Amino acid sequence: MRVGLWNKKPARSFGGDLAIFIFLFAGALFSVLPLIYAVSNAFKPLNELFLFPPVFFARNPTLDNFFDLFVLMSNSWVPFSRYVMNTLVISIGGTAGHVIVASLAAYALAKHKFPGSNFFFGIVVLSLMFAREVTNIPNYLIVSRFGLVDTYWAIILPAWAMSLGLFLMKQFIEAMIPDALLEAARIEGASEWKIFWRIVMPNCKPGWLTLIILSFQGLWAETGGQFIYSEQLKTLPYALNQIIAGGIARAGVGAAVGVIMMIVPIIVFVVNQSNVIDTMGTSGIK
Amino acid sequence: MRTAAEKPLSSAPQSRPEGRLGRLWGEIKANKISYLFIAPYGLLFTLFTVIPVFVAIALSFTNYNMIQPPKFVGWANYLRLFLSDDVFLIAVKNTFVFAIITGPLSYFASFLYAWFINELRPKIRAVFTLMLYAPSISGALFMIWTVMFSGDAYGYVNGFLLYWGIIKEPVQWLTDPKYMMGVVIIVVLWMSLGTSFLAFIAGLQGIDSSLYEAGAVDGIRNRWQELFYITLPQMRGYLMFGAIMSITGSFTAAAQIIPLVGFPSTDYAGHTIVAHLIDYGNVRFEMGTASAIAVILFLTMVGVQRWVQRFLNKLGT
Repeated sequence: MRVGLWNKKPARSFGGDLAIFIFLFAGALFSVLPLIYAVSNAFKPLNELFLFPPVFFARNPTLDNFFDLFVLMSNSWVPFSRYVMNTLVISIGGTAGHVIVASLAAYALAKHKFPGSNFFFGIVVLSLMFAREVTNIPNYLIVSRFGLVDTYWAIILPAWAMSLGLFLMKQFIEAMIPDALLEAARIEGASEWKIFWRIVMPNCKPGWLTLIILSFQGLWAETGGQFIYSEQLKTLPYALNQIIAGGIARAGVGAAVGVIMMIVPIIVFVVNQSNVIDTMGTSGIK
Repeated sequence: MRTAAEKPLSSAPQSRPEGRLGRLWGEIKANKISYLFIAPYGLLFTLFTVIPVFVAIALSFTNYNMIQPPKFVGWANYLRLFLSDDVFLIAVKNTFVFAIITGPLSYFASFLYAWFINELRPKIRAVFTLMLYAPSISGALFMIWTVMFSGDAYGYVNGFLLYWGIIKEPVQWLTDPKYMMGVVIIVVLWMSLGTSFLAFIAGLQGIDSSLYEAGAVDGIRNRWQELFYITLPQMRGYLMFGAIMSITGSFTAAAQIIPLVGFPSTDYAGHTIVAHLIDYGNVRFEMGTASAIAVILFLTMVGVQRWVQRFLNKLGT
């Protein structure tokens, strides 16, 4: 048995392990170095941001950029916590609904054969290929017809029916839920509703944990765009963009904003991803 | 006599054999529960995606400036794009160059890195996943690349190359048409380990480990054999998912390109189809032509996807 980095598996050569590790390491460096640059910019005083030759780490790290940001925040029209709450409501409400609504449909499409199922799934996949930019106007008309403009629902309801979640969950349910398991449950008289909650969802946990990461991160960056006009309903990215729009003197503040915006999606990612990896050890169904 | 050959599809009550329609109705009734499961999604999806897409397709045959009501013009928007819009053809060329490079590369990188990561132990695996995935959630931080490739001596890349005497004067990375596309491709690849990457990781987690043990007993001798005979066939659904994500991502790129090279870019060297669409829709308010571009792009992607699917279907069979 090998100790250390590797998951023990049969049929592995040392050379292969080494090559893979080099690849991983190079990829990780390429991914992370620019981000370290970006994050260290947030801690640089203004005079260090425009040095030649440029410096990698801040020489005199400072929290000034963050203090400036907080001062700018406290000058905002509505309390800044309001923007944070708006974004949290949209991100959590949109993600929770999307996971449930999309998984319900994905279960039926993956495991039930009924007239129209392939057609419906085909439409969902095709819809991924249509540029969103031109559907904005009809979308706005529909949202306003239902009186949802300038409410959270204008963002949350369309988020529930994004194509991504259905497509992703269908693949997971097909791959992770054996038909025999469903048959056994049906023979014991479980209803489809019960099967969905007791068997399907627990057993494709890696799937919906991944979907939560993806959906949350998209909604977290939502600016509200064309749908939200009241200042007290505007989102955090919108408010922060307004602050950055102040020009070059705020380059450092911009970096600070970037860091703050990234923290929450990273936390969501870390919590979920560690669970994705944990589930492997515990799932005993197959 | 078709009915005799047809085996009963479900426990549908076959009491009223009224031909095909009656049978379909019976089937629909028998599958009531399935329709209930897709109902919430189907309703919202129809409302917020299907209807807007059909409206956009209809608009592509009109002249619509968002103020006056749309006016039907037939194929005029399409003809105009192909016959008298030179920039559109540049955008098509750029998009294909961009998509042919970044599409397959991001796809293979996502799978390879997911596969590599799957070889690691859980703790270290989580660390690598985070590092590789972080760029795709970097949000505004990706603008660091404009500082890196900034055209003056303060740009990191120029600063570095000047310091070591590799170049004599700063290179205009983001405004010189010669370098623009190359830089854009590097940045987009940097951000490319996203949705498909995570889906692949979770998919690999879900493969039954007893399959690998059985494979070892059956004489699988190295990881490549394991990949081709066990892993890839098990991953087929996810591979299709990743392929569609890569196709849509690479053909509709614009959001990451415009902040880097500007809008419009020098000589339109970084102009993509979606950038052109944004030009018509958000700058010139010609929604009819913008919609026509969306339809052309859609048909292109569907064609590419069909072609890729043919390859994937052969996998592991």
